[in-house]
Amino acid sequence: MKVLVPVKRVIDYNVKVRVKADGSGVDLANVKMSMNPFDEIAVEEAIRLKEKGLAEEIVVVSIGVKQAQETLRTALAMGADRAILIVAADDVHTDIEPLAVAKLLAAVVKEEAPGLVLAGKQAIDNDMNATGQMLAALLGWSQATFASSLDIAGDKARVTREVDGGLQTIEVAMPTVVTVDLRLNEPRYASLPNIMKAKKKPLEEKTAADYGVDVTPRLTVVKTTEPAGRKAGVKVGSVDELIAKLKDEAGVI
Amino acid sequence: MPSYTAPVKDMQFLLHDLLNVTATGVAGYEDLDEGFTGAVLEEAGKVASAVLAPLNASGDREGCVLENGVVRTPKGFKEAFEAMKDGGWTALDCDPDYGGQGLPYLMGTAVGEIFVSANMAFNMYQGLTHGAYSAIHTHGTDAQKVMYLPKLVNCDWTGTMNLTEPHCGTDLGMMRTKAEPQADGSYLITGQKIFISAGEHDLAENIIHLVLAKAPGGGEGTKGISLFIVPKFLVKEDGNPGARNAVSCGKIEEKMGIHGNATCVMNYDGATGWLLGDLHKGMRAMFTMMNEARMGVGLQGYAVAEAAYQNAVAYAKDRLQGRAVTGAQNADGPADPLIVHPDIRRNLMDQKSFVEGARALTFWGAHMIDRSHREGDAAAEGLISLMTPVIKGFQTDKGFEMAVAAQQVYGGHGYIEEWGMSQFARDARITQIYEGANGIQALDLVGRKLAQDGGKHVMAFFEMVKAECKAHDGDDRMTGFVEPLKAASKQLQAAGMYFMQHGMKNPNAALSGSYDFMHLMGHVCLGLMWTRMAKAAHLALEAGKGDKAFYETKIATGRYYMARHLPACAMHLARIETGAETVMALPAEAF
Ligand SMILES: Cc1cc2nc3c(=O)[nH]c(=O)nc-3n(C[C@H](O)[C@H](O)[C@H](O)COP(=O)(O)OP(=O)(O)OC[C@H]3O[C@@H](n4cnc5c(N)ncnc54)[C@H](O)[C@@H]3O)c2cc1C
Ligand SMILES: Cc1cc2nc3c(=O)[nH]c(=O)nc-3n(C[C@H](O)[C@H](O)[C@H](O)COP(=O)(O)OP(=O)(O)OC[C@H]3O[C@@H](n4cnc5c(N)ncnc54)[C@H](O)[C@@H]3O)c2cc1C
Repeated sequence: MKVLVPVKRVIDYNVKVRVKADGSGVDLANVKMSMNPFDEIAVEEAIRLKEKGLAEEIVVVSIGVKQAQETLRTALAMGADRAILIVAADDVHTDIEPLAVAKLLAAVVKEEAPGLVLAGKQAIDNDMNATGQMLAALLGWSQATFASSLDIAGDKARVTREVDGGLQTIEVAMPTVVTVDLRLNEPRYASLPNIMKAKKKPLEEKTAADYGVDVTPRLTVVKTTEPAGRKAGVKVGSVDELIAKLKDEAGVI
Repeated sequence: MPSYTAPVKDMQFLLHDLLNVTATGVAGYEDLDEGFTGAVLEEAGKVASAVLAPLNASGDREGCVLENGVVRTPKGFKEAFEAMKDGGWTALDCDPDYGGQGLPYLMGTAVGEIFVSANMAFNMYQGLTHGAYSAIHTHGTDAQKVMYLPKLVNCDWTGTMNLTEPHCGTDLGMMRTKAEPQADGSYLITGQKIFISAGEHDLAENIIHLVLAKAPGGGEGTKGISLFIVPKFLVKEDGNPGARNAVSCGKIEEKMGIHGNATCVMNYDGATGWLLGDLHKGMRAMFTMMNEARMGVGLQGYAVAEAAYQNAVAYAKDRLQGRAVTGAQNADGPADPLIVHPDIRRNLMDQKSFVEGARALTFWGAHMIDRSHREGDAAAEGLISLMTPVIKGFQTDKGFEMAVAAQQVYGGHGYIEEWGMSQFARDARITQIYEGANGIQALDLVGRKLAQDGGKHVMAFFEMVKAECKAHDGDDRMTGFVEPLKAASKQLQAAGMYFMQHGMKNPNAALSGSYDFMHLMGHVCLGLMWTRMAKAAHLALEAGKGDKAFYETKIATGRYYMARHLPACAMHLARIETGAETVMALPAEAF
């Protein structure tokens, strides 16, 4: 079985996010970028499937600016076999929307014919949580989202999902799209020998036009603002005052 | 608790803007494109931040424990050591014939800095192993290489270097440990070594001690010394560790810093050893290890300062204390953050400009080593040989000073252990002492290196500085760099001239100024590096390359170093030119 893993280049989770002066979005110029953490988990899961003998080849795909090469190399260094870069933007600030990404991925799936697509549940930059679902719909495949465990047996995948208030286990027919959650696994560090090998692994470069997909945005960003700073606290004089405030002002009890 | 983030951007600047590695033509550098070095440094940075740094303070608190002859390293060290091995990091610049990754020494230096900053005590286990690897790789027989190198490369076995004895540290000629030849070609080693880093621990299945000892017939002093391989467990035919050798750890020292690294008294009670290299030429073989180790210690000096600096910056931005003299900058808060105060700025700029300058000098030095090893470049070898005592002595003196400066930013919180800043200062302190105390580095520089090969290398260094100044003559962008460098370089030459004129007649006159000379030369080296970095940053800016703010910051930081630190050169020269008179004025009884 071939496994396809889409990986997105996003602002590093350690970076303090700053909004651009004109409010049009987050400032990404010269900011450290990394692989979306949920996608790292998806890559790790694919590698584990391969190590268990359940997958033969792992193909990683990234859609965005040319610099996403680095993200793909990271996935190759972790253990993916081959990479496809679909250049769909020149400016690092251009975000390709989930539907366009899903259409491009659907086109790649048609060419590559994987038995499984493993994606992150969402990207930490815009938190859309939509690409995997849209891709399944476009392909007419089953989908299992928010996976915290994955077992593949024959033509079925058993997936435990993290849902409100607990865990739900479902079984879906393969081929399928699985989106992964935080607790599925802990991604490995790439070893030095694998980083060196990654240099020589194939990385094919395409454009959105090669797949005939229009990536023009359909959504308009009206405004981006930083969260309001924390307001100064107040000192309460007694427990009674605290209870009164919690009741009347905060309305939490 | 302190945290650490690898300065990947700065390292990438040095590799690609300053040294322009892929264009140098050095064998192996052609693979060091920006994407590749970025991937290596990022990944090393991840391991450093997530695995090594969290063990730094806990390792300091717990220390090592000796129980029944076995040393237990702090909690988590074993797992972290396995992670380093699994990641292939220990093999980075080792020979592919023995399982190494074959990357240049320069990359080993960059990655090494990251690991040292994150956890210096931990990284020493691997650092000493690398030293043993190099000594055996250079001086070993084929059989010795096959037996030991693959295991040292992947750190299944670790290494040590055993020079020091209770009555001799600097003056190894007084060494007492003996080696008696046996019929089978081996030697029996008897004696006591002290202060042996990583002499005993629980991280590896075998420990390969490289031991200096006196074999019969070698004569007096250091001439009679030979180097021996003494494994903790004798190696069996099949290459696996066998019977225990007669070497044991008698005690571990309680010490000021690097608590996570065991400093051991090692007793050799007729232990079996094998000669490494030529008989009675042990000092030469040991120097292979020592030169590498001195570069490594020079690196430790600024690497610890880097870690301390990162935390000082975070604290200075966070801690509210006092108001900016020019008016409140955090009007809604009870006070402004420390970073608004000029004196805190001075402090942080001292740290930043030193660390970045030292990093550049160390990378440049590593590049010279690659040129020498990979290209047989004799001029590069001469330069690095000249510069090794400067890199070791100057960078560790300043590194310690800067770790203390970072501690100072924390006020009282820097002095108590809870914040972790005291550890940086305590850890950095040893770098001024081991691998040849810094006074000995100064002696090596003035007494040996200046005159080496008829003064050829120091002349080459002067020429290099002169050429740099000339290259930027009349370049407006470089004002603030060229003049101070020119002046400092003249002062350095004047100091050299003073030694030439007085050294022969009155050696005390030269050696009274040796320490100042080492510092004077250190400033010239960093001034040279800052000049080159400023130029590289200007070129990058003009090419519209990447992060404008980064390059502008680079230039401004360089200007600070030139303006605020190069003036020290005039002071050092003035001291040197007073000779021995005031230094040696008192008879010993007067103290
Ligand atoms: C934590 C730690 C780890 C160590 N690890 C190792 C190790 O792994 N292997 C190993 O072999 N050793 C190791 N050492 C030993 C270390 O290298 C020595 O302590 C060092 O070389 C100095 O020797 P000494 O302590 O005997 O001091 P001394 O030689 O007694 O020197 C004392 C002082 O006198 C000065 N001095 C001595 N001679 C002269 C001279 N001719 N001219 C001017 N000044 C002079 C020195 O600069 C120094 O300041 C370690 C030491 C420590 C503390
Ligand atoms: C072992 C120990 C014993 C002590 N004993 C006592 C005691 O008995 N009684 C007592 O009251 N206190 C005591 N102290 C507290 C000590 O006096 C304070 O730690 C010290 O005054 C610094 O204050 P701070 O720690 O809050 O640092 P901060 O005030 O936060 O200062 C941090 C750094 O910022 C700098 N800084 C602050 N403001 C400015 C400014 N406006 N301009 C430029 N730089 C600035 C400082 O120079 C310092 O380097 C003790 C502390 C220690 C560690």
